[in-house]
Amino acid sequence: MNLDAIYILWLREIKRFMRSKSRIIGSLAFPSLILIIIGTGLNSVFTFGRLSYIEFLAPGMIGMVLLFSSISFGIMIIWDRQFGFLKEILVAPISRTSIIVGKTLGGVTTSMFQALLFLIVCFAIGIKFPSPLRLVLLFIVMILIAIGFVLVGIAFSSRMKDFHGFSLIMNFVILPIFFLSGAFFPLDRLPEWLKWFVYVDPLTYGVDALRFCMVSTSTFPLWLNLLVLIAFGTLATSIGTLLFRTTQL
Amino acid sequence: MSSTVIQLFDLKKYFKEVKAVDGVSFSITQGEIFGLLGPNGAGKTTILNILCTLLKPTSGTATICNYDIRKDKDAVRRSIGIVFQDPSLDDQLTASENLDLHGRLYHIPKDKRQWKMEELLELVELSDKKNIMVKNFSGGMKRRLEIARGLLHQPQVLFLDEPTLGLDPQTRRHIWEYIRKLNRDTKVTIIITTHYMDEADVLCHRVAIIDRGRISAINTPTQLKKQIGGELISIKTEDEFCPEQPWIKSVNKHDGYINLTVEEADQKLSSLMKIAQEKGITIDAITIHKPTLEDVFLHFTGKTIREEESSWADDVRMRRRSRSR
Repeated sequence: MNLDAIYILWLREIKRFMRSKSRIIGSLAFPSLILIIIGTGLNSVFTFGRLSYIEFLAPGMIGMVLLFSSISFGIMIIWDRQFGFLKEILVAPISRTSIIVGKTLGGVTTSMFQALLFLIVCFAIGIKFPSPLRLVLLFIVMILIAIGFVLVGIAFSSRMKDFHGFSLIMNFVILPIFFLSGAFFPLDRLPEWLKWFVYVDPLTYGVDALRFCMVSTSTFPLWLNLLVLIAFGTLATSIGTLLFRTTQL
Repeated sequence: MSSTVIQLFDLKKYFKEVKAVDGVSFSITQGEIFGLLGPNGAGKTTILNILCTLLKPTSGTATICNYDIRKDKDAVRRSIGIVFQDPSLDDQLTASENLDLHGRLYHIPKDKRQWKMEELLELVELSDKKNIMVKNFSGGMKRRLEIARGLLHQPQVLFLDEPTLGLDPQTRRHIWEYIRKLNRDTKVTIIITTHYMDEADVLCHRVAIIDRGRISAINTPTQLKKQIGGELISIKTEDEFCPEQPWIKSVNKHDGYINLTVEEADQKLSSLMKIAQEKGITIDAITIHKPTLEDVFLHFTGKTIREEESSWADDVRMRRRSRSR
């Protein structure tokens, strides 16, 4: 482990992120539109116990911001490969582990930044501010989600040479994970066949935990949610590290 | 005192059935500018990628500064600097940010990093552009910045993969000057791959001619050209002229010219003129053509480098591409 190298790889991601303002705005626009337009549109039809639809939807949208920004960050390694920068890192006398740690920290930071900006949007349109303890918990849950999906992205990019496969990943990985996560609908009255898919989706537990922290409602107990998220993070880290270690030029 | 810095022992790299590098051995001494000359796809870049630990050889090995490229990867990586064929800068960072990143990756202490950066930016004449984002740089500027970056950690060996590929003639000459100056001032050993004959000729102390993954010849450019057996004298005349002298190695007539292969042609020219005069032959024009590395390549491989490129390279490329899918 080389702390200097980890730091500079992290800093590089932050600088690149801060220099692409359009990326930041773009990543906030889509979930904000869903939350404000769909949320308001369906608000009159659906309520969930004491929750309005917007309150129900907001944590799901936080989950979506984290999912999209984290996975696409990991996949950005393909850019490094295509523009040759990956070689510069791979021939440096640093371990692959340092590279992954630096990358992951960079991805988690930029993802968290976008999610926190979106959280402000949520508060601005009327989601109640949680207690300090819940806020800390919310923070932890967000980080766990980000770590897991950044490494999923890194795992994919370790085996992809170019962006041709990206639309496949978008349609067969990212979108299913998002739609199945219960961001839009409650989990308790689903048909049996759908339940199976929903229950193997790690983001389901993420969104459920976010909902607990933000609007005090959840399907699963918090400990189970956290356990699944930690297990998912560990699994993604192992697979991502393994695949990245053996990545070729 | 010169010592061996790089040594290759029967290095082989096969991509499936394609023998990209097929048993290459040579050694390079400290302070040399060594050229790997060959057509695209001859295996130059593959050799380079193996030497800088990015590819594993199929068999054989090599040492750089006495470190084995298979076993002591980190030590090898610390001793070498590389400028890849394609740019490998982060173009969303500025020039000095790119250098700073490199310095930290190579664990150079902060103060040393600072003055080294200034010094190298000075060397490649980019000091005034250090805070400009690399995406706004021209091809030549990027190349210079990469050379500076490759030198930042004071490597003992610098690899330059096609350093002037795709650059305009003026920038090429500029970069040649840098490379020579660098080699003179820092005594760094430089290994260049190129398929430009003039580049190898002008720049390299020694050249290895590589063809289809094998070395056809290694020597200084001068010696290589000598191995052809002399220079070419072309005489334009309408008369029948067939000088017979022991120092004339071969005679052939082509296109109204008489071509003679002669050693040290410039010294033999006057006697040749004398013979012509004695025989009463009118010479319309006479030129001495020194053999170029192009002729050397032809001599050793039986083909010109361009003929080679069109057939073999495409073959290798296509197979490698299908491999990566």
